[in-house]
Amino acid sequence: MRLQKATRFALYAVLELASRSQGHVSAAEIATKYGISLNHLAKVLRTLGRSRLVEASRGVGGGYRFVANPKRTTLLRIIQLFENIDPISAGERQPGDSTEAGLTLKSVLEEIEDTARATLSSISLDTMIKMTRRQAERRAKGTDQRQPATLAQ
Amino acid sequence: MRSSAASKAVKIRRANQADLPTIMALDERVTRVPKTEYWRDLFERFSQRKQGRAIFIADIAGRVVGFAIGEVRAWEFGSPPCGWIFGFDVDPEFRERGIGSLLFEALTSFFRSCGVSTVRTMLRRDDNLIMSFFRSQGLRAGPFIQLERNIEE
Repeated sequence: MRLQKATRFALYAVLELASRSQGHVSAAEIATKYGISLNHLAKVLRTLGRSRLVEASRGVGGGYRFVANPKRTTLLRIIQLFENIDPISAGERQPGDSTEAGLTLKSVLEEIEDTARATLSSISLDTMIKMTRRQAERRAKGTDQRQPATLAQ
Repeated sequence: MRSSAASKAVKIRRANQADLPTIMALDERVTRVPKTEYWRDLFERFSQRKQGRAIFIADIAGRVVGFAIGEVRAWEFGSPPCGWIFGFDVDPEFRERGIGSLLFEALTSFFRSCGVSTVRTMLRRDDNLIMSFFRSQGLRAGPFIQLERNIEE
């Protein structure tokens, strides 16, 4: 499953803001940390603001802060702000859909989608922050065998 | 009574025969399905004190407000020994106070003392509440997948 750029930027932004409950964080700081475009991130933050997930404050020491409940905000909620992940059955009809093979293929794809949706709706930002900390600890201890992938925007 | 205060008042202990009616009542209240025979049979098997089996109770001033049931199972589906959690609930009146985490910790400590290093459970994909809870405890999708079919077709 690949997420669009805006969705990934939004997830990075809310995770960064929700993990730093004290004070505000500037968009420039987030953009630098994740190696992403500041312009693109600003647009994403506006969408998050309209959804009452983040608030901006201007002036010295200003920036953004997360204002929703990280235990109640799931990955699915953030993703749905930026891309459509409706079930395949809700999309437009394609040639062959109503054939036996088409119906069987749809049921297999729905099985995959159901699992993805259940996963994304069960992981809160609070859980993601804990998972991220554990990942950092594993890497610091040298027990994580995975190499970080090359950053791609 | 909120999180920390409630956690301090909670006593986590091994269940005994006298807890059976309250566990059955709590389970029935949550699932709306009476399972008298199932619980009697489970308590009978677990009262044999066979190694690797445990029922933990969360008790507040003599009131049972949650339970966690698990056992070490070996070589089912080719899996090396691991701790299975197959019964877990907290009274709805006492949720979001850290009681589930205390029960989970008690059961995982028990599994560790039995020499296993993995804990596993199985959930309904649409049970977002319990799925979110286990996610918050660090559980991820494992290497097995559950398959089934209707055999009356």
